[in-house]
Amino acid sequence: MDSVIFLILRQMRAPLLVLSTVYTIATLGLTLIPGMDDQGQVWYMDFFHAFYFVAFMGTTIGFGEIPYAFTDAQRMWVLVFIYITVATWIYTIGALLRLLQNETLKKALTQSQFRRQVRRIREPFFVVCGYGDTGSQLVGSLRKRLSSATVLDTDPGAIDSLMLADHPLFIPGLCADASDPANLILAGITHPMCKSVVALTNDNAVNLHIAITAKVLNPGIQVICRAESHAIEVNMASFGTDFIIDPFDTFAKDLAMAFYSPYQFMLNEWFRSETGETLTDVVTLPTGRWILCGYGRFGQAVHREFIDQGLKIQVIEPDKASAGLPITAIIGYGTEAVTLNQAGVADSVGIVAGANDDSNNLSIIVTALALNPDLFVVARRNLHTNQPLFAHAGSQLMMESSEVLANKVRTLLTNPLVDDFLSLSKAHDDAWASDLSEKIRKISPRVMPEVWEIVINTPNALAVATAVGLGTAVTIDQLTHDHRERDVSLAVLALLHASSLGTFCMPSGHTQLALGDRLLFIGTGAARSQMQWNLQNETALTYLLTGENLPQTSVGRWWQARTANPKGSPDPDHSL
Amino acid sequence: MNLEKVVFAFTIILALTLNFGFFTGDIDNILHHNVYELYAAIFVNAVATILKFGDRTHLGAVLLAASLVADIQLVAAATVWGFSVYVTQVGLSPSTMASIVSLAGGAVIANTISVALLVIETVMLRR
Repeated sequence: MDSVIFLILRQMRAPLLVLSTVYTIATLGLTLIPGMDDQGQVWYMDFFHAFYFVAFMGTTIGFGEIPYAFTDAQRMWVLVFIYITVATWIYTIGALLRLLQNETLKKALTQSQFRRQVRRIREPFFVVCGYGDTGSQLVGSLRKRLSSATVLDTDPGAIDSLMLADHPLFIPGLCADASDPANLILAGITHPMCKSVVALTNDNAVNLHIAITAKVLNPGIQVICRAESHAIEVNMASFGTDFIIDPFDTFAKDLAMAFYSPYQFMLNEWFRSETGETLTDVVTLPTGRWILCGYGRFGQAVHREFIDQGLKIQVIEPDKASAGLPITAIIGYGTEAVTLNQAGVADSVGIVAGANDDSNNLSIIVTALALNPDLFVVARRNLHTNQPLFAHAGSQLMMESSEVLANKVRTLLTNPLVDDFLSLSKAHDDAWASDLSEKIRKISPRVMPEVWEIVINTPNALAVATAVGLGTAVTIDQLTHDHRERDVSLAVLALLHASSLGTFCMPSGHTQLALGDRLLFIGTGAARSQMQWNLQNETALTYLLTGENLPQTSVGRWWQARTANPKGSPDPDHSL
Repeated sequence: MNLEKVVFAFTIILALTLNFGFFTGDIDNILHHNVYELYAAIFVNAVATILKFGDRTHLGAVLLAASLVADIQLVAAATVWGFSVYVTQVGLSPSTMASIVSLAGGAVIANTISVALLVIETVMLRR
C-alpha cells in the first residue's frame, strides 16, 4: 500500500504545484487591486474574501461579486484567472485520471489487494500455481468443499475467469509468474495456515522451481507437483517433493490394472471421482492384439505398461525419429484406413487413440470402428470441452491429463488416506474388490457416496478422545451405529485404519481405537452427520457404549446419583 | 549542478526565511507582522511540501513530515487571523496577534529542522 501512495504523490507533484501557484497568484492579485465599497470608498479585498472568491471562481461555481460589486480593474483580473484556474483544474483532474489508468499503479494496487486478501485467510488453504484446465477443475472442486486456496497464473484471462467463476467461497488470484519466489510469498507459502503448494503449470521447469522454492522457504509445507518428464521427477524427488504426479504414467498404470483386475480399476475410478458423480460400471478390456496410435509421452507410457503386461501392441506413429520407437512401428497417423489396415485392424481387439490432437483422435476412432466395429476404444482427450464428441464417437474409456491430475491432487489434498487405501487395496485380488464394490453399491446404488476422514483427537472427536483417554475401549463398530437407536447401523463402511501399529485396509469392527488414530469412511451424507454426534457428543457416545442415557443437567445428574441403581436397565426407546 | 536540487533547496530555505520574517518582531504588535508575509510563507511552504512528495528515502520521509508540521502551524495561524477578524469580529487584539505569531514560531522550528536536514544531507554527499 505504501508504494501506491508514494506513486500517486510523485505523479501528482506537478499538477499540485501548478494548482497552488495559480491560486496564490489569483488571490494575491485580488487583494492588491483597489475595489470600491457601497459608499464609493476605495476598498481593498482582504485575503479571506479573496480566497473565498477564488475558490468558487476556480471551480466555476460563481456566487457573484462579493461583498461589493467589482470595479473594472478587478473584473479584468478575474476574467483572466477564470480561464487559467479552469484550465489548471482540467489539467489536475486529467493527471489524476491518467494516473488511475496507469498500468504500474494498477499492478501495484492489485498486488497490495492480493497481499491483504491472503494475509486475512484464517483457515487452512492451498496455493495453486497454474489455473488452466487442471487448476480450474481442482479449485472448483476444492471450493465446493469450502477449502480455501490462492491462485497464481501468468495468464490474465485465467485470473479473470477465476474472478468470474460462481462459487461460494472467494479465492484470491494474482496474475504473476509463479517461478518468482516473491510472488509465491505473496500467494502465502510462508503463511502459517498454508498447508500445500500445488504446482500445475504446463512447464516442467517452472513446476520444479516452485517445488524447490516452497521446500526452501517453508520446509514443513506439502508440495504436490505435476511432472511430465522422468528427469524432472527424479530431480523433484531428490529434495523431498511430497507427491509428483505424471498424468500419463498414472493413466497407463490404471489402464494396465484394468486388464488383470477390472474391479480394482473400477474402485480406483470411483474413489477418484467426486461425491454425487455417477458410479461407473465395470469395463472388461479384451486381451489380444492392440493398436496404439501416437507414440508421444502418453503413447510411451501406455506402450511400456502393455509390454509389462505381456500384451501384443502395434504402434502407429507419424514421426519416424520419435525416441524409443519400436522397430515394428508403422509410420503414419492412423487416421486413414491404409495405415490401420497395415497395422492389422481387422485382427485387433482394441485401439488406443493417443495423439495430442483431438481431431486426429476422433478421426482414428471413427475410421477404426468403420473397419472393425468390435474394437474396444480407449481415447486420449486433450480438451475438456470435447467430452461429448468422444462419447458419441464410441470411445469406451477416456483419459484426459487435466482430469487425471485434478482428481488425484484433490484426493491428496482433501482425503490423503484415500491414496493409502488404494495402494493397500492392490494387495487384494479382484474378487475382494468386486465384493467391496457391492458393499458400496448397497450404501448408494447409483452415485458416489461421501468419503471422509476422522482423527481421534480433541478438536475432531471430543467425546471419543475423552473416553479413550480415560481408558474406555471404543471400537469402530460402536462409531458406525446410530446414536438414537444403537442396534441400527449407519450406512457407512470403514475403509482404512491408520494407527501407530500400522495402516490396515478394511479394519474389523472390533478394532479398538487409540488417540491419534485416523480412519477413512465411506457412506451417505446423513450417516456422516450422524457419526459426528458419536464422535463429539459425550451423551451419544455413552449411549452407544453402554446403552445408558446420561442425564444432561446438573439436577438430573444429582437425581441419578441419589437414585443410583447399578443394575438398572436403561430405557432403549428413549432417544436423546 | 542540478537545477532540481537548486529549486528544492531554494524553496526549503525560502520557506524558512519568509516564515522567520513574519515571526520576528514584538509578539503582540500588529505592526510588526505583515499579512502578505504570512501569505507568502504559506504558499512557499505548500510548494516545499509538494516538492518533497514521492521521496522514498528515510530522510525524505522526515523532510516531508517537518514540512507538513510547518504547513499545519501556518494554516492554523491564518485561520486564527481570519476567525478573529471575520467570525468573532473582535479584531486583531494583542492577545490574538500573540497566538498567531506563536503558531508561526512553531512553524519556524519545523522549517529549521528541514533546513538542518538539507544541510546534513549535503554534507554527507560531499564526503
